[in-house]
Amino acid sequence: MNARTGGAARGRPSQRIRVTAPRTAARPLAGSLSPRREIDEQTGVGEVYMRSLVRAQLRLGLSVLAMVSIALGSLPLIFTLDPRLGATRVLSVPLPWLIVGVSIYPLLLAAAWWHVHAAERAERDFTEIVERY
Amino acid sequence: MAGPHPTWPAVVAVVLVCLGTVGLGAVGLRLSRTTSDFYVASRVVSPRWNASAIGGEYLSAASFLGVAGLVLAFGVDMLWYPVGYTAGYLVLLVLVAAPLRRSGAYTLPDFAQIRFRSQAVRRIASVLVVGIGWLYLLPQFKAAGLALRTVTGAPSWLGALVVAGVVTVNVVAGGMRSITIVQAFQFWLKLTAIALPVFLLAIAWRADGAPDPSSPGQPALRHATTVRLTEPVTVRVEEPVTVRVDGVVNRQATHGDLHLTVGTASFDAGTTLTLTPGEPVPHVEQAGTGSGPDWATPFVGTTGRDHPLYRIYSLLLALLFGTMGLPHVLVRFYTNPDGRAARRTTLVVIGLLGTFYLFPPFYGAMGRLYAPDLLLTGRTDAVVLLLPGRMLPSPWADFASALVTAGAFAAFLSTSSGLTVSVAGVLSQDLLRGRLRNSVAGFRLGTLLAVAVPAMLSLLTLRTSLADTVGLAFAIAASTFCPLLVLGIWWRRLSVTGALAGLLVGGGLAGGAVLTTMATGSRSGLAGALLAQPAAWSVPTAFAVMILVSLRTRGAVPGSTGRMMVRLHAPERLHLDAARLPADRRERAPDPYTPALGVPIAAQPQPVTPELPER
Repeated sequence: MNARTGGAARGRPSQRIRVTAPRTAARPLAGSLSPRREIDEQTGVGEVYMRSLVRAQLRLGLSVLAMVSIALGSLPLIFTLDPRLGATRVLSVPLPWLIVGVSIYPLLLAAAWWHVHAAERAERDFTEIVERY
Repeated sequence: MAGPHPTWPAVVAVVLVCLGTVGLGAVGLRLSRTTSDFYVASRVVSPRWNASAIGGEYLSAASFLGVAGLVLAFGVDMLWYPVGYTAGYLVLLVLVAAPLRRSGAYTLPDFAQIRFRSQAVRRIASVLVVGIGWLYLLPQFKAAGLALRTVTGAPSWLGALVVAGVVTVNVVAGGMRSITIVQAFQFWLKLTAIALPVFLLAIAWRADGAPDPSSPGQPALRHATTVRLTEPVTVRVEEPVTVRVDGVVNRQATHGDLHLTVGTASFDAGTTLTLTPGEPVPHVEQAGTGSGPDWATPFVGTTGRDHPLYRIYSLLLALLFGTMGLPHVLVRFYTNPDGRAARRTTLVVIGLLGTFYLFPPFYGAMGRLYAPDLLLTGRTDAVVLLLPGRMLPSPWADFASALVTAGAFAAFLSTSSGLTVSVAGVLSQDLLRGRLRNSVAGFRLGTLLAVAVPAMLSLLTLRTSLADTVGLAFAIAASTFCPLLVLGIWWRRLSVTGALAGLLVGGGLAGGAVLTTMATGSRSGLAGALLAQPAAWSVPTAFAVMILVSLRTRGAVPGSTGRMMVRLHAPERLHLDAARLPADRRERAPDPYTPALGVPIAAQPQPVTPELPER
């Protein structure tokens, strides 16, 4: 680990440090590493960058998964609870055949398309932060 | 089947597909000797081609023949199988596609080693790959026997032998498998072979007055049909019927007309039955078709399968979370240039598979009208192959039969080639290593083992249908590799001990259930359902074990986890991945793959960065 995260974190009282307000607002980042090096050198700040990306992607993946699971998972239950639905016919084909055999596939494709775009956007945002400095 | 007679166009189609496969394999051998396919593929092949290649390898006997057979036997509930086969790629997309590509792993054991730096995890992963691969290969050979028998009347072992032989020659010679374009072509061949006959059959069906497959009553034949049983069969008679019998019924030699009353009747192998048109057809006990409306309504027509709701949910869980753990799927992702392309490829795969799976259920529905005798013999998996001959007039019948037969053999060959390479690679690399001096000889021995074991097993009478056996392979993959990949990619605190424990428990539970089901057949009752569809309890257990053991063994979390997260999740163009080379190269097996065999070497050239201290 880099020295920047040491010291105070150990809980041992180290030498007293005088804290003052930064003299100018123009250089808040003075002395810090670029995000790229923070990540490269596995500093605490780098971890924060990575964690935010991983969390964003995981949240995205799980939400797509949840939506699709609810859509797919509720169908067998609906068919069981309301048997009349199974007897309904559209264009002389029973409704369950149309739903499970045909209309689920465009739904899966739409969910996948949405995920690909959202995941690429998350990566673009991350890239911008890392490359800004 | 009605006195199987050789249909020459279909035989020609089988020969052409086999010769084409071997021929392309030979060309592939020359190509793969000059340039590694990986390098060619990663530069030239777009996500669209790559996705076609994944589809080409993925659509197996279970998809091409099995889905239609299940729909014929069990009705609308079986439409969940293709939904699961497709939705598995959605789960793969949102949870593992890009990170898995970025890991640089070429096989599942590679991923285990890269992520956990542990030989023990790698070894267990290898054993699981071989087990899942064999379980997936088994129904391919079984289906080949069935297909060849259906179109030519040849004994079942011949088809299995043909496919096993072609695959062995092909893989040992080293070709086809590594060529993306060939696998992509296989997908379009299969799609054409399943889709085009559907249009012809639909025209014939309309010309026949478009009878309703779900009309009330038991399915009945339209023409007098003679069936010869090759295996002993116990049938359930739902409506009294008279059949002409020549053979042994209920252990009594019977010749002439026999009146069957409601109940069950058993026929010995070799018995011939002649069914009268318009009379209800008795069906094998395992097939659960009741009357037409029951067959067409969810959760009603599955009399042979109790606890239908549990079975559907457990099946969906297995298919959704098992796809990512199939040995032959991961390799294809490696030919994507980066994680972003891996995602886009998966998106296209979902579109392609969704298109393919629109067609098989139509065969199942038509089978109820035109081939209900398959319900009597229990060989419902043959329905796709038989329908063109039953429904179409002469020249069209030959053409469509040849097409579906070619598609079926393309399905057996491409899937088994992909699986065989994966299994043989793991066998020679991880399990036979050190026993053979020469790695080429090791790969060849691995190939022989990879093919021979499932081919022999396929000769035994299996108690499970094609799609069911494949479903069991998915269940094991979902209970082992799914938690390993998902937790390995997203959870920093996964420890080596936790991964090991989860793999062993998940593999043990699902594997035990699978072996029991395959040995004793699907039993009725809750216990039978739990064993036949283990995913609903084995997958959560495997996840729980991995998480709980990891939380208790914090010291066993690999020190490289932080860097691994950077490598798995950061976009490649940032070149953040300092961890990628030095450590890996040191720990990687010295001779990962044999380049002469066209299997790319797992290591790829990367900017060498100085090794940084862990802490």
